Amino acid sequence: MNNQKRKPLFHISRRQSMLWYRIWLIRGLAILAALVVCALVSVVMTGENPFSIYSTIFTASFGSPRKIWVLLQNIAMLLCVSLAVTPAFRMRFWNVGGEGQALVGCFASAACMILLRDKLPNGMIIFLMFVTSMLAGAIWGAIPAFFKAKWGTNETLFTLMMNYVATQLVAYYCVVWESPKGSGQIGVINQQSQIGWLPVIGGQKYLLNILIVAVLCLFTYYYMYFSKHGYEIAVVGESEKTAHYVGIKVEKVIIRTMMLSGAMCGLAGLLLTGSTNHTLTTTIVDGRGFTAVMVSWLANFNPVWMIGTSFLLVFLSRGAGEISTNFGLNKSFADILTGIILFFIIGSEFFIMYKVKFKHAAEKEVKA
Amino acid sequence: MFDFVSFIPRAVVQGVPLLFGSTGETLTEKSGNLNLGIPGIMYVGGICGVIGAFLYEQSLPSREMINGVLAIGIPLLSCLAGSLLMGLIYCFLTVTLRANQNVTGLAMTTFGVGIGNFFGGSLIKLSGSAVPSIALTATSSYFHRSLPFADSLGWFGKIFLSYGFMAYLAVAIALIADYILQHTRTGLHLRAVGENPGTADAAGIDVAKYKYRATCIGSMIAGLGGLYYVMDYASGVWSNNAFGDRGWLAIALVIFTIWRPKTGVLSSFLFGGLYILHMYIPSGLNLAVKELYKMIPYIVTIVVLVITSMRKKRENQPPQSLGLPYFREER
Repeated sequence: MNNQKRKPLFHISRRQSMLWYRIWLIRGLAILAALVVCALVSVVMTGENPFSIYSTIFTASFGSPRKIWVLLQNIAMLLCVSLAVTPAFRMRFWNVGGEGQALVGCFASAACMILLRDKLPNGMIIFLMFVTSMLAGAIWGAIPAFFKAKWGTNETLFTLMMNYVATQLVAYYCVVWESPKGSGQIGVINQQSQIGWLPVIGGQKYLLNILIVAVLCLFTYYYMYFSKHGYEIAVVGESEKTAHYVGIKVEKVIIRTMMLSGAMCGLAGLLLTGSTNHTLTTTIVDGRGFTAVMVSWLANFNPVWMIGTSFLLVFLSRGAGEISTNFGLNKSFADILTGIILFFIIGSEFFIMYKVKFKHAAEKEVKA
Repeated sequence: MFDFVSFIPRAVVQGVPLLFGSTGETLTEKSGNLNLGIPGIMYVGGICGVIGAFLYEQSLPSREMINGVLAIGIPLLSCLAGSLLMGLIYCFLTVTLRANQNVTGLAMTTFGVGIGNFFGGSLIKLSGSAVPSIALTATSSYFHRSLPFADSLGWFGKIFLSYGFMAYLAVAIALIADYILQHTRTGLHLRAVGENPGTADAAGIDVAKYKYRATCIGSMIAGLGGLYYVMDYASGVWSNNAFGDRGWLAIALVIFTIWRPKTGVLSSFLFGGLYILHMYIPSGLNLAVKELYKMIPYIVTIVVLVITSMRKKRENQPPQSLGLPYFREER
């Protein structure tokens, strides 16, 4: 038989472990390769030389103090949603509903700002905004979790659908609360009285958000790696049967973790509506719920590494956005570049997880 | 009285892109790949068709010289090529490199929507039109053409015969896909790969080959949905983001049909109907309620998802290995 003589060109095996600096070396190379491809694409589209494109990417984020603040703010918001979805991911619960959970958080805080503005003192309203937005997010997360825990309903598809239910809910209230009448938009809420606006500290509009997210990051790190809950989540994620065997109530862990995940998304919504934009639109979360999936996964679900990965994604997408405005390209060019970069990073994970031995190398090893 | 004669054709034309998308996604999911990149792929399919049609129309010295075969063939082929390419990217990352399917799919959607809007925007700029859209009426008329005697048959013609050829193509593809899945050896193998790739592999089925083929063919079918939307439904007018969230609705439809393309034919028209129902329900001056009606398709999907998981009928479940990469040495 001819077939038996044929050997595969290369042999793939799973790595046991890998030194951390080699992991980052591989990722670094992938990003580098992605940047080269992006530059090539940009050069073809714009006809500029690649170095002016790279410098544009850099100045988009670090060009002025204001740009640095905007960069930090965007990192903070993306990180917040990413932190939120992470406990669920550790449990192998694919929560792609971060978008909807954050959106109902925005919705709840906007509702407090609009409905209670003349009835309660400002401090009380802000307190209620915190409570309701986190509660709304928690409920939005708990619904799919309940069905997953009880009947094993597919959570990816369920959470995905919940996003659109949330979007339409917000669309409905955008018309109900529209101001001015007939515009179909809410506009800035409480522009004059600033009721329900989170306080500005240190003269910087974004500082409060950044600090809150930093605290949240530390909390998530502690929760995931040093608490009993975190341990239970890890066990359920590895094997539900094992978890059941050692006496962990799997259903309870799934629902509890998703409530936490949803509540943190709701908090992100609060920060968006209460502190950053002071408004409510259907697109206020801006796809962060989806990008968060990638941020969390790229960082291997580690909250501290996520600072790095969310920086990376925000930095690149801001750079890509700047390229498109500076060189007169359509804004969607940024999405294409982000997509290319993501493909490279996703692809590079393979070389971290697996070892590829080519035929010659493998044969030599056998002889030696 | 509810005006069915005008409602049904509009529901059908809304449903056809969903039918293409969900047939493609069903094939893909049957191989165990949960391709969340479908919305992006449908955008790419649409814009590639538009680019093909645009270049063809530009190359003609005059409008009268247009050739029917080329006017349909060029957009169709460029659409298939574009969506095939997207399918290959997805397969390479998830099958060959075993990347996480959710992450890859979401990245594909970002990328695909970006491609659609970018090239759409560039073409609009190139054509120098005053409105932010591009019109390919000449090519589109060939896609739009229905049987000549449809008008003379009254309500029957309106409901059954008033569509362009791609609507019938969508139904045909769905029925063929259903037949292949349920009644052929290829379909049996494909389902085996999606349910339990380890067992399929042991039985001598080339898992990677089946995953690649199913996903790429699925992407091409889904891409046609984008093409139908631009060329027939929108009469050749491309404007950015007009396609909206139909791609996600197509994924919802896969669940609604419990992974059966045959069921998809009527369900897609039902979904199409639900999508435009808000225009037909009298809501008076209260515009806000319309937004709530738009929620219906998603809620219906959730209900179906929950009910199928509660009834635990084995033939109604998602493919068992859906979303998981396969690596022989890890069994």
